[in-house]
Amino acid sequence: MLNPQLNKNGELQHLLSIEGLPKAIVNHILDTASSFVGVSDREVKKVPLMRGKSVFNLFFENSTRTRTTFEIASKRLSADVINLNMQASSTSKGESLLDTIDNLSAMHADMFVVRHAQSGAPYMIAKHLIDTRQNHVHVVNAGDGRHAHPTQGLLDMYTIRHYKKDFTNLTVAIVGDILHSRVARSDIHALTTLGVPEVRAIGPHTLLPGGLDQMGVRTFTNMNEGLKGVDVIIMLRLQNERMNGALLPSVQEYFKSYGLTPERLALAKPDAIVMHPGPMNRGVEIDSAVADGPQAVILPQVTFGIAVRMAVMSILAGNQG
Amino acid sequence: MSLHIKNGRVIDPANGIDAVQDLFIVDGKVAALGAAPAGFAAARTIDATGLVVAPGLVDLSARLREPGYEYKATLDSEMQAAMQGGVTSLVCPPDTDPVLDEPGLVEMLKHRARRLNQANVHPLGALTMGLKGKALTEMAELTESGCVGFSQAEEPIQDTNVLLRALQYANTFGYTVWLRPQDAHIGRGGVAHSGPLASRLGLSGVPVMAETIALHTIFELIRSTGARVHLCRISSAAALDLIRAAKAEGLPVTCDVGVHHVHMTDADIGFFDPNARVTPPFRSQRDRDAIRAAVLDGTVDAVCSDHTPVDDDEKLLPFAEASPGATGLELLLSLTLKWAEDYAATQPGKGDALALALSRISHDAARVAGLDAGRLTIGSPADICIFDPNARWTVEGAALASQGKHTPFLGYELAGQVQATIVAGHVAYQRSAGNVSNVS
Repeated sequence: MLNPQLNKNGELQHLLSIEGLPKAIVNHILDTASSFVGVSDREVKKVPLMRGKSVFNLFFENSTRTRTTFEIASKRLSADVINLNMQASSTSKGESLLDTIDNLSAMHADMFVVRHAQSGAPYMIAKHLIDTRQNHVHVVNAGDGRHAHPTQGLLDMYTIRHYKKDFTNLTVAIVGDILHSRVARSDIHALTTLGVPEVRAIGPHTLLPGGLDQMGVRTFTNMNEGLKGVDVIIMLRLQNERMNGALLPSVQEYFKSYGLTPERLALAKPDAIVMHPGPMNRGVEIDSAVADGPQAVILPQVTFGIAVRMAVMSILAGNQG
Repeated sequence: MSLHIKNGRVIDPANGIDAVQDLFIVDGKVAALGAAPAGFAAARTIDATGLVVAPGLVDLSARLREPGYEYKATLDSEMQAAMQGGVTSLVCPPDTDPVLDEPGLVEMLKHRARRLNQANVHPLGALTMGLKGKALTEMAELTESGCVGFSQAEEPIQDTNVLLRALQYANTFGYTVWLRPQDAHIGRGGVAHSGPLASRLGLSGVPVMAETIALHTIFELIRSTGARVHLCRISSAAALDLIRAAKAEGLPVTCDVGVHHVHMTDADIGFFDPNARVTPPFRSQRDRDAIRAAVLDGTVDAVCSDHTPVDDDEKLLPFAEASPGATGLELLLSLTLKWAEDYAATQPGKGDALALALSRISHDAARVAGLDAGRLTIGSPADICIFDPNARWTVEGAALASQGKHTPFLGYELAGQVQATIVAGHVAYQRSAGNVSNVS
């Protein structure tokens, strides 16, 4: 089975998942991103790498934050950006997903940035582009169901590399709703690809999917044990709809068992960093004292996110079929 | 009308026959094997040199999509698919629209099928009205209309007390209840086998225990009621262990597996291929291997096509939104032969895998459904499948008569091609390009 992300030369054709990406490509994206970090500090925050290219943001699921960062990244690369709110658009009038793609391709799209509630939806679009020989069009997965959020995974890696330099001596803990989290899956694949020796997942059994050990992850249900000696803590957002039901009894009990408080943070290494993909629920998964504290790198993550997305899009735009 | 099939390798597992000999058909029945009966004059002769002459296949689950889903498939297209697949008798589940819960609907379906004069169609009636799991259907009336059993199709009964009553009532008249063991709550909404692959792909899972918990319940109800139950589409090793034990205990149960599950595992989902979206989901390699072993040892009584035509609009969707199901009528023979071939390759000299494979899709299936079919006994209906075991063909949409073009085997090259299908003594299908020739 061919990896649909890579073209016949082994270059990145679409960014769909971090799983299966060669380490060299991941590093190339991170290196390229660091060359873009400075762009945002310039007076003219633009480089001409995607001048004349059209980027279509196809958000079948709402996300202001991710859509905005992609939009900014596109504009800093001098691309034209078209935002489509697909929930209010033709697909809700019954047009099939692939018909929509064909129509937008006919408008000479160069890149689709896709967010979809169903795992695998960007693969379907990428496969359709391959089947219809539209090799000049690229797909970036901006989050699909529970499956993957590769640009988030990459910006998390960029952040870790920025603060920790070397991946090969780190212990990283991911805390919270791993079961429903595409961020967790992308982080896990990225961390193992980059050689992190210990990746931990911390949460109650109801939020830990089976098969994590096959992904190279150590699971902990006790937060205090799981945080001992870690270098990086990645907190996950707890979605509102999970908070009261068969998965968790209440927000209060969750915070008591799995909320990141200053006391718990003290169990990690003294120089440990705290990350969060946002948006945060203060008092649910993270205490404000930690979120605003000196070890939190949550806002730098957002800044790096622009550079990482610029790197991904410019690399894709430079690779053809 | 008389028919002479000459020089074929006649394989009739029910009677332990496997020899090159002639077969003679008179008045729609098997009249003789070997030498012609007295006074036989062939109206038509088929030369089956190099071909296998087997009982017509009996398929325990083929969705014809009528009534209600004619945009997915029609009786005409699917009956043609049955003929091209060598299937002369098929059982269809009641999950049509409307559901087969009234005698009139069943009579209409039987009538339409009879007029096509192709495969014998044996409907399953709904066990409960509308498959809603609340009120029992008129099982005696439905049986008179032609139902061979009663089923909930893909709708598990939530209220165990209703299931108990349904089994008691069915057993009153000696009817068989066909159930796919599936807990009503665990795994609901799941689209893939709960395991490392589903976790990685972020697909919601159907755990094996959804099947085993339901089996435990069904077995307890059988112990209490004595009802005969046919267990459909078993997917896991753990379930097969339970069924093996139940059979050893003497419970009146039989079971089948879908032929796709004999070969595929969850890994075949690959990069979210919606063609591999089926119900129950493909499970682990261990489960698949247990299915293959259970087909051999008889824990699995029959292999069925689980033929489920799905149109493009409902299949070309993100994996979890894609409608489950695969086309199967035209793959049943080849995929079952593939099992036999794989088995013979790993266990050389251990019995006749080919005859056993054919039995699982003819004689054994007929036994499960209580049909006079699936054997070439003198005097039995002359339903016959003549196939070339060595002819290879490629699975592609254009090669399929079924309106359902979606299968995880798309692009596979398979051995075994039906050359002629005979129903009640008349040649209902003959492959034009094949090497069946009319001598007279």
